Amino acid sequence: MLQRSSTRPQQQLSLGRRLLRDRVLLLFALPGIGLIVLFHYVPLLGNVIAFKDYQPFLGIGGSDWSGWANFSVIFNGDPAFLRALKNTLILTSLQSIFVFPAPILLALLLNSLFSERIKRIAQSILYLPHFMSWVIVVALFQQMLGGSGLLNNYLRSHDLTTIDIIGNSELFHVLLTSQIIWKDTGWATILFLAALSQIDSQLYEAASVDGASRMKQLWHVTLPGLRGIIILLFILRLGDSLTVGFEQIILQQQAVGRDVSEVLDTYVYNNGVLGGAWGVAAAVGLVKGIVGVILVLTANKVAHMFGEQGVYQR
Amino acid sequence: MSRKIVQGVPMPSWPMRIFKGFVLLIFCAVVIIPFVGVISTSVAPNKQINEAGGLVLLPESINFAAYESLFAGGVVTRALFVSIFVTIVGTLLSLTVSCLLAYALSRPGFSAGRPILLVVLFSMLFSPGIIPVYLTVKGVGLLDSIWALIVPTMISAFNVVVLRAFFMNLPNEITESARIDGAGELKTFTYIVLPLSKAVLSVIGLFYAVAYWNAFFSALLYLNDSKLWPLQLVLRTYVINDTQLGSAELGTELLPPQASIQMAILVVSIVPILLVYPFLQRHFAKGVLTGAVKG
Repeated sequence: MLQRSSTRPQQQLSLGRRLLRDRVLLLFALPGIGLIVLFHYVPLLGNVIAFKDYQPFLGIGGSDWSGWANFSVIFNGDPAFLRALKNTLILTSLQSIFVFPAPILLALLLNSLFSERIKRIAQSILYLPHFMSWVIVVALFQQMLGGSGLLNNYLRSHDLTTIDIIGNSELFHVLLTSQIIWKDTGWATILFLAALSQIDSQLYEAASVDGASRMKQLWHVTLPGLRGIIILLFILRLGDSLTVGFEQIILQQQAVGRDVSEVLDTYVYNNGVLGGAWGVAAAVGLVKGIVGVILVLTANKVAHMFGEQGVYQR
Repeated sequence: MSRKIVQGVPMPSWPMRIFKGFVLLIFCAVVIIPFVGVISTSVAPNKQINEAGGLVLLPESINFAAYESLFAGGVVTRALFVSIFVTIVGTLLSLTVSCLLAYALSRPGFSAGRPILLVVLFSMLFSPGIIPVYLTVKGVGLLDSIWALIVPTMISAFNVVVLRAFFMNLPNEITESARIDGAGELKTFTYIVLPLSKAVLSVIGLFYAVAYWNAFFSALLYLNDSKLWPLQLVLRTYVINDTQLGSAELGTELLPPQASIQMAILVVSIVPILLVYPFLQRHFAKGVLTGAVKG
């Protein structure tokens, strides 16, 4: 134990001896790592039911193998599956276009404020919704925009035509997108603000000496300073692009029906946990997970090709 | 921040500054107004709620009838106890387990440190999918137990990484001298490392607490028995799905209007977060950044 940080090479002790020496630390790590293995790695093995005709009363081991049968909904283009895929892709595109840039713009606005105090007050207010659960956010939206909500009461009392935004299936995707913007835009500015404060102020001085206007400085100094973090977050987003808010959607599915609200995650939940089609649901979940990992790895590769750091090196 | 140092850059023009202030004001109003409306409606007199036909932004007078009926011992009271239990017990367990793991990982020369760290980091890259996790939870016998709200989400790899980064930044000399004085790992951990880490412990603890308080997904998946429902499921049923709360559910004869009861349930689930928010806010930016940088 005395030799831990000395120059004596560790290889002199056999692995068994070193583990024995570290038995207290191993004991410390055990509960935590046990939980991670049990609820993160063991379920990976549970994915075999995608290849089985899973019967809950027979268990995973007792159920018969069914080969690729469960994947047929995917490869044969089952309409319910395609509907879920379509909604997922629509929501992902909406999020990439509207949700992703929102915190960047807000961070630029906050960063350009002169008064530190106003900036801090605004931050406290704007971060708050992040800590509310989806149940609360959905309830708040209902109270504001629903049929008997604040907006419609106002319209009614002024004899204007009312609009039911919550129960309208045509507006559903827009509604979901604006809820995410409301909830998380403020919070997401944290990383961008940190990146902005890292930019060397001498760059701004040099630019202004060269006669760059504020807009020019924004373009040539600020945005390049944010490039690394923007690319990093975009890659992470890509990995989640088939995951579009399970809680948020399941809470509001009843109001608009599955035609517009079914996404891959709710498909897996509705067909598996509720519908009992375990194998099929697991197959869809498995494909979704694999596509997600492939997207992250690919995006990371592309980032490296452009000379960016990406999520991890090499 | 850098702006003030910049010399020779003209202040933005007045119209620009007013425009910015206006945009910011709108952003903040959009965030604040729903909360104000909900809190006001929950205490507003019945007559005013009926006249407004829904949310009230400024109550004429204040009455707590809705809260009295919520706390009378019915569904909501029970759910509140479940939520409080899960939040407190869950947070304590999460913190203990995470700190122990993070401490072990922060020790230089821990022979199994590298592989264990890789297992932790790797788990952040993918999620195993709803169905297999559900089957695992079922397999361990947690279905329809209050522990299903705690155990499966007890440890967050991200939080472990943040804690580890913090522990590693503690000056090495302190732990070394404790060791020379004969303290074992457990003593070093409890008497030296933990007291020095109060700041990060409170942030991570609050992150865990907020997650437990907000847990809806695990409750929906794993609990069929409505006696075990936490506040979030009660909210879903009686506020979002608009199921009527009668005297049978509330455990009281006195019935305030449905709207104010609903808003009171919302307030009950919002207020604890509003209470810890100031503490949370003081530290979180730093906590998040350590995690982002080291992760």
